[in-house]
Amino acid sequence: MSKKFWALALCVVLALSLLGGCANSGSSSTPASTAPSSTAPEGSSAANGGDAPADGAAGSVYWLNFKPESDTVLQEIAEMYTAKTGVPVKVVTASAGTYNQQLTAEMDKSAPPTLFVIGNAAAARDWSDYALDLAGTPIEAELNTDAYNIYDENGKLVSIGYCYECYGIIVNLDLLNQFGSLENIKDFESLKNLVETIESKADETGIHAFTSCDMDSSSSWRFTGHMANLEYYYEQEGNVWTECPPELTGKYMENFKNLYDLAINNSITEPTDLANGGHDASQEFKDGKAVFHVQGSWEYSNLAEDVPNMAMIPYYCGVEGEEKAGLNCGTENCWAINSKASPEDQQATMDFMVWCVTDPEASRMLVDSFGVMPYKNAAESTNAFLANANQYSEDGCYVMNWATNFQPNVDEYRATLVSALNAYNADQSDANWETVKTAFVQGWAVQYKAVNG
Amino acid sequence: MKKTKQIGGSTIHVATRRWWPLFLGPVVAAFIIGFVWPFFQGIYLSLCSFKTVSNAKFVGLQNYIKAFSDASFRHAFWYTALFAVTSLVIINIAAFAVAYALTKGIRGSNLFRTVFFMPNLIGGIVLGYIWSMIFDGILSRFSTSIMVNAKFGFWGLIILVAWQQIGYMMIIYIAGLQAVPGDILEAADIDGATGWQALFRVVIPNVMPSITICVFLSLTNGFKLFDQNLALTGGQPFTIQPDGTTIKQTEMLALNIYNTFYTSSVASQGTAQAKAVVFFILVAGLSLLQLSFTRKKEVQQ
Repeated sequence: MSKKFWALALCVVLALSLLGGCANSGSSSTPASTAPSSTAPEGSSAANGGDAPADGAAGSVYWLNFKPESDTVLQEIAEMYTAKTGVPVKVVTASAGTYNQQLTAEMDKSAPPTLFVIGNAAAARDWSDYALDLAGTPIEAELNTDAYNIYDENGKLVSIGYCYECYGIIVNLDLLNQFGSLENIKDFESLKNLVETIESKADETGIHAFTSCDMDSSSSWRFTGHMANLEYYYEQEGNVWTECPPELTGKYMENFKNLYDLAINNSITEPTDLANGGHDASQEFKDGKAVFHVQGSWEYSNLAEDVPNMAMIPYYCGVEGEEKAGLNCGTENCWAINSKASPEDQQATMDFMVWCVTDPEASRMLVDSFGVMPYKNAAESTNAFLANANQYSEDGCYVMNWATNFQPNVDEYRATLVSALNAYNADQSDANWETVKTAFVQGWAVQYKAVNG
Repeated sequence: MKKTKQIGGSTIHVATRRWWPLFLGPVVAAFIIGFVWPFFQGIYLSLCSFKTVSNAKFVGLQNYIKAFSDASFRHAFWYTALFAVTSLVIINIAAFAVAYALTKGIRGSNLFRTVFFMPNLIGGIVLGYIWSMIFDGILSRFSTSIMVNAKFGFWGLIILVAWQQIGYMMIIYIAGLQAVPGDILEAADIDGATGWQALFRVVIPNVMPSITICVFLSLTNGFKLFDQNLALTGGQPFTIQPDGTTIKQTEMLALNIYNTFYTSSVASQGTAQAKAVVFFILVAGLSLLQLSFTRKKEVQQ
């Protein structure tokens, strides 16, 4: 009896596992189809409405969105716009990581997206034929910076950013004001003076200049990824990279060293302890133990509750003319209009975009979801860091683009850099800095070759 | 056919003779799909340049040349060999000693056995992170880190695998020790053998089968070590050569292959595959050699 029972039970388990396998493979083989089906009600009704132009209405909008987390707000925006103007707007969101496949599939259909995303130079190469030249259009006129524009090889403006993120040095203003003022930090020299003043009093005040600069994997990217960007940025000498360069010159390594040394030698944790990691830099900043914190705009909501009064300043590192430096900003969220769509649809799409960035209510909703939009008449950001970034742009400062995104074979490259920095942190000798330089500059070429054969 | 009918009479017998391929089929198919086919495809792919498996281009022995001319691979080989031998010796001596002590009828033996065995139930990655915290805690008192000094990395890994595997090997040794007949030991005792003599002349020859299996397991485990290596040091620290190439001082073979494969370049995946084939031959060859060597020392009761 019991033997039979067990045999039966095993059979059931086997059968179930088989079914489970089927179910899994079934769902994974059609990831793209799940996204549109979830938005199908709106989609189909909008598609029906999309036939309306035949009746004389002025085109429709079909936005293929690639950020799943903003789907809800975009659906609301679409409804709002349709309610106001009667123009049907359909928003379909590709599920995470499947945007490219879905775009490829949708573009082949009879009613392709009129509004889609071209987020980087590689995508601009692939989709340039499908992108309307946005130069001189009403939406371009609304921009307050051209830093997030993407051009193809022929200089056609294929897409323009609709939101962005930034990183730099976060400042606790309440603490800073005990030692100096934000206005006085204009370049590396002034930053350094202030940092050293703060650190020299650290024993009495308990307030250090920088939070811990750990080199463990949860924190090292703040330096090997973000702070390294200052070297790459200046090395571009104004000619923004459109693809990964095979080699670096390392011309601005000294500047990287300036800021890096300043951060590690004036922080809560001794440089020799950084390799181990285990210090929670964000918590240190929240607890008011340090004035400066190397991080990005996405940290704002996490920090704002404990440190209400914050600002973000650029990576000042001793480069000539850096009084005009802005924050490190970048995005992959860039709108492109389908050049193969009908002129009515293109016009409707353009109108919709302009409405998104000018209508107070709509732009408020979008800004709250995206952080900030680089448009003159868009709502102010509630994220203080992005507001800072916008302010720097409006003051005519240069935006430091995310050249760091080109790091070849990024995990290996950064791991090598971490190793070199660990050795340097343990003993800040010239020889060890030479190794850091080698990892930074020659390491780039090595990894470039490893990837590109 | 005719013959079976004549002999048979039992229809089941006939059916089995006729339909055996049907019953054997699923197992053979599973074995082919799950092992034989991937194995041969792996060997084939090591001779190819490929990004996806379905689109492989035959390039001959190029991958093997690249693999052997890769300084980091050679370093990983010697490092792994050194590691495997060291861990083998330490694990087996310690496990045997613990097993010997725990078969002496000490109070609470069962509790000790359970406790010693437990670390083996924890996954390698988790273990790696836990131990890296422990080492960090100790080494930070001396203002250094396991990530800075390759010696710490080596011994850290040894401590980790010893802690993980001693309990497992101990269980095997206990089983072996309990199977040693009491009368032989008693005879040795009566003949006036000292404790050491009894151990080396009587006990060890009798537990030789256990030693064979334990040495086999710890040797192959040592060579195949991956997750602990990844979690504890990840290969850090690196030696950065003037031309920018690196040798990861604590990177073992499996991690080296993994890192080579995920360089995201077309050329490197073939190289990684070639390394994997070399790795397989190495581990298989060494294990066979070791098996035949220790088997010779086994005695029949």
